[in-house]
Amino acid sequence: MTKLKPWVSLGGIAVFAVLLLAVAPAVLSDHWINNLGKYCCWAIAAVGIGLAWGRGGMLVMGQGVFFALGAYAMAMHLTLETAGDRIPGFMVLYDPLAPLPAFWEPFRSAGFTLLAIVLLPVIVAGILGYALFKRRVKGAYFAILTQALAVALATLISSTIRETGGDTGLSDFKFFFGFVLNDPANKVMVYLIAAALLIVCLLAVWQFYRSRFGELLVATRDAEERVRFLGYDPANVKLVAFVVSALMASIGGAMFVPIVGIITPAEIGAAASILMIAGVAFGGRASLFGPALGAMAVGWGQSSLGSTWPDGWTYILGLLFVVVILLLPNGLSSLPARFTGRLRRRPAGQPAPVIAAAELEEVRS
Amino acid sequence: MTDASLVVTDLHVEFSGFVAVGGVSFDAHPGEVRFLIGPNGAGKTTCIDAITGLTKGTGSARLGETELLGKQVHKIVRFGVGRTFQTASVFDELTVLQNLDIAAGLHRSSVSLLRTRRGVDPSIEQALEETRLAAELATPAGILSHGQKQWLEIAMLLVQDAKVLLLDEPVAGMSHDERTATGELLQRIAVKRIVLVVEHDMDFMRRFATRVTVLHQGKVLSQGTVAEVQADPKVQEVYLGTAGAATAAAMVVVPEPVAETLKLMED
Repeated sequence: MTKLKPWVSLGGIAVFAVLLLAVAPAVLSDHWINNLGKYCCWAIAAVGIGLAWGRGGMLVMGQGVFFALGAYAMAMHLTLETAGDRIPGFMVLYDPLAPLPAFWEPFRSAGFTLLAIVLLPVIVAGILGYALFKRRVKGAYFAILTQALAVALATLISSTIRETGGDTGLSDFKFFFGFVLNDPANKVMVYLIAAALLIVCLLAVWQFYRSRFGELLVATRDAEERVRFLGYDPANVKLVAFVVSALMASIGGAMFVPIVGIITPAEIGAAASILMIAGVAFGGRASLFGPALGAMAVGWGQSSLGSTWPDGWTYILGLLFVVVILLLPNGLSSLPARFTGRLRRRPAGQPAPVIAAAELEEVRS
Repeated sequence: MTDASLVVTDLHVEFSGFVAVGGVSFDAHPGEVRFLIGPNGAGKTTCIDAITGLTKGTGSARLGETELLGKQVHKIVRFGVGRTFQTASVFDELTVLQNLDIAAGLHRSSVSLLRTRRGVDPSIEQALEETRLAAELATPAGILSHGQKQWLEIAMLLVQDAKVLLLDEPVAGMSHDERTATGELLQRIAVKRIVLVVEHDMDFMRRFATRVTVLHQGKVLSQGTVAEVQADPKVQEVYLGTAGAATAAAMVVVPEPVAETLKLMED
């Protein structure tokens, strides 16, 4: 069974890919394709959170920071592309005579922008993670720190209206690397890129989870000190997972911009970061598909229920969260395993170890 | 494997003014099962903690030519110093094989970590044989029996190719048969490696120790073979509260109850 399992997951990714890349564009309306694209962006970030939190035990509450790095890098490029040789409209509004801020200038280049989307989160997460993990910052302290960074960044963006668009954010993009964004065909293309990137991210974590690194990461999550006494530096193990998750958040953010058409501090702040976590917890943080499906489900709930019944949606989300955490601590994706696990093991005549393990868990907690 | 010895000289460990270990010296060589005994609070585990870099110590702890004190935990491990803990700490959610595979991995390149495991390392198979865990290869470590977990920890030290095995109460909570099996295992391992055991269990110590160091209040009280240590009046005083020869004889003749009482007193 253990030999077969990774290939079952790979089949699952294949089915998922067919659904997203072939079935969805054929069946869904433009409006829902656009929505699905947005969910894919959150799902990409969620896959990274699943790696860092589910497998690595790092509660990354500030993924909005890395989401923002990718999103604003992309948004700056698209804004400049739309403005052409002129200064972007919102800047003229606040100070008609001032030149373009220096840090915007390189984002005129498409190549630099793409590089920035990949390298910025890697550098930032690399430095941050190195400093935190080498000093053995973990648990609640790590969570609070990352969350505080998200708040700080959102506040910074809000307060620099002329440089970043402030609370109104960046919007009204006309072009996406030369393609006219209004064209429905191009919209589908942008969606397909986001969906394909989600599949790539799933494949990446699939390989991570079945590799020795994946086992080492779980070992580090469960007994960090023990890993140290096996001759590894747990800080390095965690750093890799943290950087990869930051990179995924950045990619999700970058694709979010052309699909949704606007990026504001509200999309990257504390609440947005927590909503990303919520989707991951909901779907099952340690599983392969749980984070992605959970994030998509929360996204879908937000745009369907959230638009028809905005007040109620928050309560429903909260209630769902409580119920899932209480009844299924490992998320909805643990549901099938619970059933098949019970049905399969009884006839095999080995119920004892499973129950013993469950009891041990309870005794320990 | 190696002829290098572990030599600890004048080891001091202080916890904000409290001297836990005050100038302990001992050595351990390949080929002997070395025991570190003493009442609770004697500083046995603290010695191991200092050698492995978990707590800060001054003085010297050398493995061959290499000074261990002051180095980072994972680097000390890479010099070949492995340890176990009082409470067996294995990775509960991973299988026995995965546990061992991680332990065997410290000499692998970081790129190879990204690949999937194919097959079982010969060193792992050997360690499984040695520790009688071959049948439990695919069992999650969390559901092993207490004794099996301790053996898994020893197996992990074997596959990580530790030259020095520092074992903190390896037989605590084990049945008599398991103790015997563990003792025999340690004797086999010790042929090529340095084995240092911290133990409360006097009976276990008597049966399997080659040489013993007795610690008391952070200092070495006595050192020598089992017989020498038992004959030492200072040791009798610490363990029995009197220095009478009669009680010393009692310790030798009726070991079990005394050992048990001692354990009770200590706990």
